[in-house]
Amino acid sequence: MNDLLFDVGYGHFLVLAAVLFLIGVAGVLIRRNALIILMSVELMLNAANMTLLTFSRMWGDQGALSAHTFALIVIGVAAAEASVGLAIVVAVFRGRRNVDVDKLTTLRH
Amino acid sequence: MQDPQTWSFLGLPALLWIPLLPLLGSAINLLIGKWLGKPTAGLIAVFAVGAACVLSGLMVFKGLFYQPSPEAPVLWQAGGITQTAWSWLEVGGFKAEMAFRLDSLSAVMIMIITFVGTWIHIYSMGYMAHDKGYHRYFGYLNLFTGSMLILVLAANLPVMFIGWEGVGLCSFLLIGFWYENDAYAYAGRKAFVVNRIGDFMFLLGMFLLYWAVKSLDFNDIKNASNITVLHDSVWGPHNSHVWADERLAAAAGICLFGGACGKSAQLPLFVWLPDAMAGPTPVSALIHAATMVTAGVYMVCRLSFLYSISTTAMIVISTVGLLTALVAAFIAFAQTDLKKVLAYSTVSQLGFMFVAAGTGNYTAAIFHLGTHAFFKACLFLGAGSVMHGMEHGGSTTPGDITTMGGLRKHMPITRATFLISCLAISGIFPFAGFFSKDEILGGAWAVAGHGTPPGWPSAFGYILWGGLLIAALGTAFYMWRLYFLVFSGNERSEAAKHAHESPASMTSALAILALFATVIGFIGVPHLEMLHGIPSAFHALSNWLAPAVQHAWIIDATHTVPIGGEGSDTMTITLMVIALGIGAFGILAAWALYGRGPSARVAKWVEGPLAGPYEASKNKLWFDEFYDATIVKPFKMLARGLFEIADRFIIDTVAVNGAAFVVSLFSRLSRWVQNGQVQRYLSGLVVGAAAVFLVTDCHRHPAFSITRHGEQLALHAEPGAGIVAPNVKLHWHLDGTTDCSMEKDKPSDPPDLTVRRGDVAGRVALCIDDAIGRKMTVVTAEVPTEETP
Repeated sequence: MNDLLFDVGYGHFLVLAAVLFLIGVAGVLIRRNALIILMSVELMLNAANMTLLTFSRMWGDQGALSAHTFALIVIGVAAAEASVGLAIVVAVFRGRRNVDVDKLTTLRH
Repeated sequence: MQDPQTWSFLGLPALLWIPLLPLLGSAINLLIGKWLGKPTAGLIAVFAVGAACVLSGLMVFKGLFYQPSPEAPVLWQAGGITQTAWSWLEVGGFKAEMAFRLDSLSAVMIMIITFVGTWIHIYSMGYMAHDKGYHRYFGYLNLFTGSMLILVLAANLPVMFIGWEGVGLCSFLLIGFWYENDAYAYAGRKAFVVNRIGDFMFLLGMFLLYWAVKSLDFNDIKNASNITVLHDSVWGPHNSHVWADERLAAAAGICLFGGACGKSAQLPLFVWLPDAMAGPTPVSALIHAATMVTAGVYMVCRLSFLYSISTTAMIVISTVGLLTALVAAFIAFAQTDLKKVLAYSTVSQLGFMFVAAGTGNYTAAIFHLGTHAFFKACLFLGAGSVMHGMEHGGSTTPGDITTMGGLRKHMPITRATFLISCLAISGIFPFAGFFSKDEILGGAWAVAGHGTPPGWPSAFGYILWGGLLIAALGTAFYMWRLYFLVFSGNERSEAAKHAHESPASMTSALAILALFATVIGFIGVPHLEMLHGIPSAFHALSNWLAPAVQHAWIIDATHTVPIGGEGSDTMTITLMVIALGIGAFGILAAWALYGRGPSARVAKWVEGPLAGPYEASKNKLWFDEFYDATIVKPFKMLARGLFEIADRFIIDTVAVNGAAFVVSLFSRLSRWVQNGQVQRYLSGLVVGAAAVFLVTDCHRHPAFSITRHGEQLALHAEPGAGIVAPNVKLHWHLDGTTDCSMEKDKPSDPPDLTVRRGDVAGRVALCIDDAIGRKMTVVTAEVPTEETP
C-alpha cells in the first residue's frame, strides 16, 4: 500500500511521459481533424517536457534549474506554434470548408 | 651524304611516309571521296600508291650509294635503315615502338607491293569505272596497300601485327565489297574468321617470344640466340641458350606459322582464299600477288634466324607447304571457274614458297614470291579482262570457262599476256617461274644432301623434291587446261563470240606485268661454275638478300651448319632439265586433252575410271563440308545455346526485365508513401525513429568480464546500455553469493576491480542496482581456469 502510493521513482515518470508521447503520436497519425492533430502535438510536447524534467531531477540538477527553464521555453514556443497552427487551420477552413487532413494532399505536388 | 637513319620528309621519318601515303589516300577517298567524282578519286589512289613506289625506289636506290667510310659496309649490308616514328606502347617492362626497318628483305617486298600495287590500281580505274562504290573501292585498296607496307616495314612484331590485322580487315572489306550479294558477304566473313584463327596463333607465338626474349624487336630476337640463360626445366635448372635447345623456338615458330597458314592460305586454313574471288577481280590480283597472302611467307623469311634454330618447325613448315601444294593442285584440276582455278594455283604456289622457307631456302621463297607476284597479278588481271569482255558479250556467268573458248581472236593482248604468265607459272625457260621454281626444287634436293639441318630425316628432302615435282606437273596441267579452254578452240557461247578487248588502262597493266613475268627471273640465275663469267647482276637477288636472311642452321650458341650446299653443275643442270621436262609434259598433256576445247575422251574418263578422283577434285576434297560438319555446325549450336541461355534468359529476362521489375516495384511502394497526406509521411518518421532505437545498442544486457593474468583477476563491469546505465550502483560479490537484498542504499563499488585469485571463490556475482527502474539485477560468471590470452 505504502509502496504503491508513495514509492514513486523516476521510472514511473519516464513511462508516463512515454505513454503520453505515444498517445500523441497515435493521435497525429490516426485522427483526421486538423484541430485534434494540433492537440495531439501539444500532448507530445508536454510528454517531452516531462522527460526533460525527470532527467533533470535524476542527474541531480536541482540548483541550476536549466531543464526547468528549457521546459518553460518549450511551453512558450508550443503556445506560439499552436497559435500559428490554429491560424493555418482557420485559413485552410476558409479556403476549403473543411479541415480533414486526408483531403489536403497538395503536399504531393 | 646525310645519314640514312635520319632521312625525313616534312618532319616525319622518311620510312613512315611509305605506308603513310597510301593511308592518306585511303583517308581522303573514304572521307570525302564521294564528292570528288570518279576519275579524281581513282587518280588520288593511284597517285598515293605511285608516290609510295617512287619514294621506296628513291630510298633503296639512294641507300646503295651510302657508305659512311670506304672500309665500312654499304648500307644494305649493314642492316639497312631503322627509324622510330614514335613510342607506341609502354606498359611496365613491355615497350613497343612504332619503328620501321628497311633492309634488303623489306626493300624487295616494298618494291613488289608498290609496283604491282600501282599497276593494279591503274587497271582498277578501268575495271571499276561503272561501279557505284568507286571511291569506297579505292579507299579500301589504298588501305590494303598501306597495311601491307606497315607489315613488311615493321621493325618489331607488334607493328607487324598492325599490318597483319590491317590486311585481314581490308580483305574482309574488299572480298565482301559487293555486300548486297549474300554469298559475297559470307565469303568476306569467311576470310575474316579463318584469318582470325591464324591471327590468334600469331599472337600466341608473339607472347611466347616476348616471354622468352623480353623484347619483340626482330634484331633483339635475333641476338637472343647468342644469349645463355639459366633455365628451370623439368630436369632441374640448367644452362642453355635462350631457346632452351630448340623447344621454345619450335613452339614460337610453329605458333607464328599458324598465323602464316591463315594469311598465306595453307592447310588447314586455306579455305578462304578460293572464296575470296567474290571480290572485284583486281582485288584478287592484289590479294594473290602483292598483299595479304605473301605476308606469311615474308614473316617466315623475316624470322629466318628463329626458324633456323628449330628443325621441328622447319619440318612442319615444309610438310604443310608440300601437302598444300599437292592438295591445291589436285583441286584445281576439275574447277570450272576461271578465278577459282587461279585461286587454287595461288594456294599451290604458296605451298612451294613454304617448302622453300621450310628448307631454309629463304632466298628462293622470296624469289618465287616476287616472280609469282608478277605472273599471278598478270593472270588475275587477265582473268578480269576476260570476264570484262565476256560480260560485255552478254554473259551472266562471266567466270565460267565452259562457256568460253576461242577468245584468242577477240582479245589478242589479254591472250598474249595470259600465255606468257602461263608459261611462267609452269616453269618454262626463260620465263620468271622457271628460275624461281627451280631454285625451290634445288633447295629441297639440297637438304637431303650435306646441308641437312640437325635431326632432319635424310630422305625427307627427296620426298619434298618428288612431291613438288608432282605439284609442278599438276600446275602446268591445270594452268594450260585453263588456257586452252579459255582461248583455244571455238566459241562455246554467244557471249564468247561477242567478247571484245578491254580498254587501254587495263591492257597496259597487263603488258607491263607480262613483261616483268618474262624477264624478272634473270635476277636469280643459279650459281653455276660454267656461268662464272656472267655479270653479278644475274645473281642479284641472292646477293641482295644475303644480309637479311639466315644462312646457317643454328645448333647452339657456337655451332652452326650452313644451309644447303653448293651442288655440282651436273647435278643442278640435271635437276633443271627434269623440272623443265615435267613442266613441258604437263603442257603437252593439257594440249592433248583440251587443245581443241573439252574433248570427248575427258568426258568419258570422268564418268568412267576417273569418276572418283574427278568428284573429289570438283568438290574440293570436301574441305568445306568437313569444316562445316566438325566446326561450323557445332559452333553454331553452341552459339545458339549461349544465345538462348546467356542472352535471352540471363540478360534479357533476369537482368533487363528483372531490373525494370525491381524499379517498378519500388516505384509503386514509394508512390504509396508519397500520397500527399502528412500523416503518411509522419508514419515514415515514426518508423524511422523506431528503427534508430532498434539499431542502436540500447538492448545490450548487463554483464561483466573476468580476465586472468597469472594470479591476478581483472573484473570489468558492463552495466548494460541506455541512458540510465551510467547511473546504476554496482556491488561485487567475490564469494559468489547472489543475494543482493542487503546491498540497498550502500554506495556503489567501482566498475573495475583487480583481485588476487585466492581471494575469490569459483564464482563471482555482480549486483546492479537500477535506481530509476527500482530494480536489482544480478549477473554471475565462473572464474576462468585458463590464462586469458
